[in-house]
Amino acid sequence: MDYHWDWLFFFRETDDGLKYYDWILSGLGWTTLVSLASLALALALGSALGVMRTTPKRWLVAIGDAYVDVFRNIPLIVQLFMWFFVVPELVPDRLGMWMKQDLPYVVIAVVGLGLYTAARIAEQVKAGINSLSRGQRNAGLALGLTEWQTYRHVRLPMAYRIVLPAMTSEAMNIFKNSAVTYAVGILELYFQYKQIIEKTSQVLEITIVVTLAYFALAFLMNRLLAFIERRTRVPGLIVGGKGSN
Amino acid sequence: MIEIKNVSKWYGSFQVLTDCTTNVKKSEVVVVCGPSGSGKSTLIKCVNALEPFQKGSIVVNGVAVEDPKTNLPKLRAQVGMVFQNFELFPHMTITDNLTIAQIKVLGRSREEAVDKGLKLLDRVGLKAQAAKYPGQLSGGQQQRVAIARALAMDPICMLFDEPTSALDPEMINEVLDVMVQLAHEGMTMMCVTHEMGFARKVAHRVIFMDRGAIVEDAAKDDFFGQPRSERAQNFLAKILHH
Ligand SMILES: Nc1ncnc2c1ncn2[C@@H]1O[C@H](COP(=O)(O)OP(=O)(O)OP(=O)(O)O)[C@@H](O)[C@H]1O
Ligand SMILES: [Mg+2]
Repeated sequence: MDYHWDWLFFFRETDDGLKYYDWILSGLGWTTLVSLASLALALALGSALGVMRTTPKRWLVAIGDAYVDVFRNIPLIVQLFMWFFVVPELVPDRLGMWMKQDLPYVVIAVVGLGLYTAARIAEQVKAGINSLSRGQRNAGLALGLTEWQTYRHVRLPMAYRIVLPAMTSEAMNIFKNSAVTYAVGILELYFQYKQIIEKTSQVLEITIVVTLAYFALAFLMNRLLAFIERRTRVPGLIVGGKGSN
Repeated sequence: MIEIKNVSKWYGSFQVLTDCTTNVKKSEVVVVCGPSGSGKSTLIKCVNALEPFQKGSIVVNGVAVEDPKTNLPKLRAQVGMVFQNFELFPHMTITDNLTIAQIKVLGRSREEAVDKGLKLLDRVGLKAQAAKYPGQLSGGQQQRVAIARALAMDPICMLFDEPTSALDPEMINEVLDVMVQLAHEGMTMMCVTHEMGFARKVAHRVIFMDRGAIVEDAAKDDFFGQPRSERAQNFLAKILHH
């Protein structure tokens, strides 16, 4: 194999006056920003949807179920294209123009990735709530808590603890999924990766570096959630029991 | 205090409760018994509207629970309930279990709530456990905390749904003792239980249910002396000779 290794190319200057490592860092920054913002949106919306799907109100369940069916079954890249190219045509003209001209791309990308991920979070939140015994809700209601207060103080705190491991893999996935946003013009890590491959011939070095960068992001997220899991562990509790009544 | 009038309830086409009528007066202790699946839990859950019913009416302290205008959280806050599986909130300390509803529902200050909670915890003999979590207590201890949690709301009556049937035999008495003491203090109580010793000691009346209906509703002595229905006789013979 006569591949020409050149690790120092990262310090070489690019067309726009920056160094190649600047491109990588900037890509890493955008990847992190898009991922974390999308994750925050997904957690908030996914929790709300997950709760809706466990209420006794049928119309709330129907809305939540429909949302999950739609957003989970359309490929992420198609959803992103819809937000970029289809939705602006469907909304009133002025709003459509504003979306196309003034709204930063990154906002649309975050909404797209966030709404997609929310469907997955909703599945988990619902599963977590349903794994609790019905008696927990009854006990809360019997004390005079409202339905909403039983979620806020009784059911969600336990449900999150139960589904934290599953959430961890979802949170790690979001970095990988964020790579798709290059297709709608976000200058994130995968975009920079492709760009650097086109400009240099150092495919192996850049592949190694980008792989490590994605790995590091996922690893940090994993450690963060493991830390949260330890901090929120309930003394004396054996998780997974489902009582009767 | 609790007036149950011609209550019927269906799950789909399956009738769980058939025309149930009974009253629980202030300071009265009523024991509800009957075979598994006879609708005992369902009936007492109707009292604080944890289960809706399709026919009849239940009036608690002058308030009709089936009335859509009734403020259910407010009504439930006045009716204490103790469950078979304790249902303490596992992620909260014992103190938080005792105070959460006082603070969120009654609007008491945290200090006031803690003060009240600890007094009741002391009363059920568990003051030392205040900082622990439910998972660190035995079943009997958890059930005593659950009773204290209900009492912390200053309820006007208490509902018990088989409070001792999930307990190991050696823990049953510590829970029954608390219940007996409550009865002696004049608490209005509706208890689903098969602890006939408890019934003999403190009950004023015993209700026997079978297949969703109240088959027998008699003063304690009459019930234990000579149940009228054959089904109640058979049931009594079975559980007393165990
Ligand atoms: N959500 C439900 N849907 C359908 N049927 C139900 C439901 N809950 C209870 N039932 C049925 O209603 C009947 C009465 O149940 P209930 O729990 O009130 O009986 P119980 O007298 O308390 O019995 P146990 O002694 O076993 O606690 C049973 O036949 C039960 O299977
Ligand atoms: Mg029952």
